[in-house]
Amino acid sequence: MSIFLNENSKVIVQGITGGEGTKHATKMLAAGTNIVGGVNARKAGTTITLGGKDLTVFGTVEEAMKETGADVSVVFVPPKFAKDAVIEAIDAQIPLAVVITEGIPVHDSAYFWAHAVAKGNKTRIIGPNCPGIISPGKSNAGIIPADIAGAGKIGLVSKSGTLTYQMMYELREFGFSTAIGIGGDPIIGTTHIDALEAFEADPETAAIVMIGEIGGDAEERAAAFIKENVTKPVVGYVAGFTAPEGKTMGHAGAIVSGSAGTAQAKKEALEAAGVKVGKTPSETAALMKEIIAGL
Amino acid sequence: MDLYEYQAKDLFAAHGVPVLPGKTVDNADAAAAAAAELGTAVVVKAQVKTGGRGKAGGVKLAETPDEAKEKANAILGLDIKGHTVHQVLVTTASDIAEEYYFSFLLDRSNRTFLAMCSAEGGMEIEQLAVERPDALARIAIDPIAGVDKAKAAEIVAEGKIPAAVADQAADVIVKLWETFVAEDATLVEVNPLVRDPQDKVIALDGKVTLDENAGFRHPAHAELVDERTENPLEAKAKAKNLNYVKLDEGQVGIIGNGAGLVMSTLDVVAYAGEKHGGVKPANFLDIGGGASAQVMADGLDVILGDPDVKSVFVNVFGGITACDAVANGIVEALKILGDSATKPLVVRLDGNNVVEGRKILDDANHPLVTQVDTMDNAADKAAELAAAGA
Repeated sequence: MSIFLNENSKVIVQGITGGEGTKHATKMLAAGTNIVGGVNARKAGTTITLGGKDLTVFGTVEEAMKETGADVSVVFVPPKFAKDAVIEAIDAQIPLAVVITEGIPVHDSAYFWAHAVAKGNKTRIIGPNCPGIISPGKSNAGIIPADIAGAGKIGLVSKSGTLTYQMMYELREFGFSTAIGIGGDPIIGTTHIDALEAFEADPETAAIVMIGEIGGDAEERAAAFIKENVTKPVVGYVAGFTAPEGKTMGHAGAIVSGSAGTAQAKKEALEAAGVKVGKTPSETAALMKEIIAGL
Repeated sequence: MDLYEYQAKDLFAAHGVPVLPGKTVDNADAAAAAAAELGTAVVVKAQVKTGGRGKAGGVKLAETPDEAKEKANAILGLDIKGHTVHQVLVTTASDIAEEYYFSFLLDRSNRTFLAMCSAEGGMEIEQLAVERPDALARIAIDPIAGVDKAKAAEIVAEGKIPAAVADQAADVIVKLWETFVAEDATLVEVNPLVRDPQDKVIALDGKVTLDENAGFRHPAHAELVDERTENPLEAKAKAKNLNYVKLDEGQVGIIGNGAGLVMSTLDVVAYAGEKHGGVKPANFLDIGGGASAQVMADGLDVILGDPDVKSVFVNVFGGITACDAVANGIVEALKILGDSATKPLVVRLDGNNVVEGRKILDDANHPLVTQVDTMDNAADKAAELAAAGA
């Protein structure tokens, strides 16, 4: 098993004809992802050949789903058009939309999230501003390099892309059930809590790594959730102890406001919930190795 | 991006929110002229992007133009919590009957917007939230439905704004919502929103934060940047489209790929520095996915231009980025920079094409470059070199 994405997932790419869409669709195919088509209203009816596979470009997500049975969309549409692309995916009720696009205005994200809620949350949104999700050996929806680590028993959820890669690399000898980057924007779809809940329910996940960073209170809320609901061992890491107050550190959501959103507060909340928190990525990986050795 | 009070109130005025007339000036003579033009008693207000201006002596009443000049002289150049006052707003003095609080903001936890309203304004909102939580109404706003007159009336009632001005306050709130949406703001705060003795409701102060991701919709917002208060290294980095933040009191320059990894690198360097005389990271710089030679050269150029920097740590995990491309970028960047590159570089490469990347750096054998295999050991080496060079 895995969470949110598996070997049966049929994936379409919104923005498949753009530079990023083409590049990463090719990589996803090489990783074994079952890509069944793409979407671009202006190029509807054309065919694009990637990695030796002919893919039809559909005019809408709805049409693509009807023709191919797709149940996952990966969105590479530029920020200006991303809101409409996500709303289209929601209206088509695709079960999973992975929004890779970085730089979407937060009013647009707030709008499409409210739209998803109004439509009954039929579509799980991952991102925006995220690297996507990989269930190694099964499917890869996004830009996480497929060759860092194979399948295994660790579940990983992270706000950051490169820290996801770093942690997968440190723990590559054990492998992952699913690794999911939820994104560094102030408003995101799938949260740490959603992923923790799914990993807890997934029989193939034995232990969980949770990576957070400064800004907001998602880690504190996740800590409260872990305390009440998670029985599997969790190790944590939080980035940004040295970040100054009031400065955005790369990710739009990574900002300490006054005394709120500090790495220290997040670490303390996680530790109070029984999560072992590493000071560095390597120390975090070492904590996970100890846990795996004891399983 | 945070705005100055006068910029916030300009946006308010453009969207029909009532504000008092005023003029922003950068010298005392101009302050006197502005006061004479207004023809009333005025308030001279320091324009700095921080709270507590009043307590710091940055807000003063002046009855005459001469007095305005004197007050402006006292305020210009003040240091308020590390912010130097370069400009003052000279604005009509208002008699105040009551002070209210109002704001629209992003509610990250609930993934929506929030209105906060209170009949008890004037004090800092953090203080009000702690001391009188019941007096501060918090109302969730649906981003799709927005705020119409009926919703605004509900907010006003929840905030216990007196009935005599409730209708007017609701009108102001609808216009503040228009400002919030039309300008792509993540914060619009009015503290205080005042009721004057004639029962007129006025935004006496204003605080606005704009979403930089929405810049493509607002070319005019670029003009709101105050270059005088930008750190020169940050301004230089921004001109090269680099994601750079200068940190105080650091000696180790940092370059990495990905916001999370770079934040983590700063932390790891700070821990390593504890063993080397307390050296610290000097900056945040995320070169992102591309990492071409030019981006690497631009990044190194900014960092080596920082006189605080004694050593540089390049920390790259090749995910999308290939390590050989990064290594070539470093080699080319050092060629471009030539003799201006004088500080030691510690490079840690891992991930995609790492063997090729490390070989490129080994073959180049540049005297300034040291390769270290792991992030922890590389941070330690960079801290050691910074301590030796300090």
